[in-house]
Amino acid sequence: MTEATRSLPADPPAAAPLTARSAPASRPAGDMEVAFDIQGFSLWYGALQALFDVTIQIPAQQVTAIIGPSGCGKSTFLRALNRMHELTPGTRIAGTLRLFGDDLYSSAIDPTQVRRRVGMVFQKSNPFPTMSIAENVLAGLRLNGVRDRGFLRERLEAALRMAALWDEVKDVLGRPGVSLSGGQQQRLCIARALAVEPETLLMDEPCSALDPIATAKIEELIRDLRTRYTVVIVTHNMQQAARLSDRTAFFYLGKLVEYDETRTIFMKPANPQTEAYVSGRFG
Amino acid sequence: MPAAISVHPSRGQQVWRRFKSRVMAAVMLTCALAVMAPLFLVLYNLVHEGATSLDWHFFTQLPKPTGEVGGGMANAIVGTLVLLAMAAVIGVPFGVMGGVYLAEYGSDRVNDWLRFAADVLNGIPSIVWGMVVWALLVVPLKTFSAYAGGVALGLMMIPLVMRTTEEVLVLVPQGYREAALALGIARWRTIVVIVVRTALKGIITGILVALARVAGETAPLLFTALGNNFWARSLAAPVSALPLQIYAYALSPYDDWHRQAWAGALVLMALILLTNILVRFLSRERRFA
Repeated sequence: MTEATRSLPADPPAAAPLTARSAPASRPAGDMEVAFDIQGFSLWYGALQALFDVTIQIPAQQVTAIIGPSGCGKSTFLRALNRMHELTPGTRIAGTLRLFGDDLYSSAIDPTQVRRRVGMVFQKSNPFPTMSIAENVLAGLRLNGVRDRGFLRERLEAALRMAALWDEVKDVLGRPGVSLSGGQQQRLCIARALAVEPETLLMDEPCSALDPIATAKIEELIRDLRTRYTVVIVTHNMQQAARLSDRTAFFYLGKLVEYDETRTIFMKPANPQTEAYVSGRFG
Repeated sequence: MPAAISVHPSRGQQVWRRFKSRVMAAVMLTCALAVMAPLFLVLYNLVHEGATSLDWHFFTQLPKPTGEVGGGMANAIVGTLVLLAMAAVIGVPFGVMGGVYLAEYGSDRVNDWLRFAADVLNGIPSIVWGMVVWALLVVPLKTFSAYAGGVALGLMMIPLVMRTTEEVLVLVPQGYREAALALGIARWRTIVVIVVRTALKGIITGILVALARVAGETAPLLFTALGNNFWARSLAAPVSALPLQIYAYALSPYDDWHRQAWAGALVLMALILLTNILVRFLSRERRFA
């Protein structure tokens, strides 16, 4: 297993270090900051190994897409980034996972601290059913002890604006969160995640339950978020990965097969498995 | 060789099959209606026998001394409410927190044992509860008391509340827990503010059902609260309760007491019926997803 992932960097197209890669024109090359620095990361559910020795550096303020067939470990990988996988009993990890230099799995750090820095949006929108729209957005702040009303009001509007939902809900903030449409509920969940001002945002197939119009809105929103946040998005939809992301990682059978600029992954992948997957021949 | 099953039954076979189907449906409807019959029988008898003895005095006066006509069960009504309140003080926190443990914390192994224990406890005859509390509280304290009665009913409530709490908590979709935890909210807070809050109506419903269950219990009170023809001097003294008063009056040789026993039964039944209506009202709009 070690060779499979470790041998990749030896492969010329994927080998070039992050900083040497020609960045999109909008960004100056050479100054890409690394958000997640992951070295030799493996994960087990009991006796079952789900991730094999993954080494990857995810740059800050970019959208990184994780693609791969069902069961390839992409959701597991995403959940390991904010330690959500620990909700499943009997999991175990090896390797290191750093966010802006801090070891997220250090014994000195509590998973709740990790999750305040690494927000998450789920496949199925899940606004809290007992809370209004405003209460949903502010839940993370309030339940972490923020009481300042002025600050809360400010964050409420800012988060809803960032989630492109403010204009639609500004007059009905007291209505239940679950009274919104499916697409609006998902944007509400994005606003809720953004309200606590995380450094990065993980998205686990955020559009898979939505219609094309709602999907387009959320994709536009994700593109806008890139200027302020590091976004990691798991998607089954390869067109979505191609449209949205700056870099794409292809996982297969728990291994990181290839990781490169999205353009390269889709136009000129180095690995035949990646080529087969992105061209729709399996998965 | 078994007879071939006809795919195209003859006209006669079709009529016969339809006839069998109708007969069976009618038999099952009869069985289902048989459930309703005792309820109406009970209600009819209670209203028929009890309503005529119900008057304002029944709710405001103490029982009259033997031989005097009239009086009421004010002390028993208040006694029942006091006993239920004390039962709730014991049964609700232990039951709800135990249910939260089962649904949110316990490992499968521990939970299996806890559930088994709770189910066994639910099956213990109520008179046994009375005897146990008698031995544990009444004997050492050398007095029957409201405390002892409340403890007996409260202990009965714990496994009931625990299991219903667990059942409604596991119905709360995992997505809400994950959403809260992903916001960096601590686990205990997630459970209290998100999970329990979401299932609150269901938990209250379970508590009310358990209260209605123990409200009519007589056996555990015989050894603990004992009964009292007057206002209880304190919670450390014997106290009256509707089921106890009904029991005592129904066994008496006096017609007037018999009528009062019917009236007491009617009041008790009305109390439980009201609780059940409240439960239906609360559980009507329970939806989590």
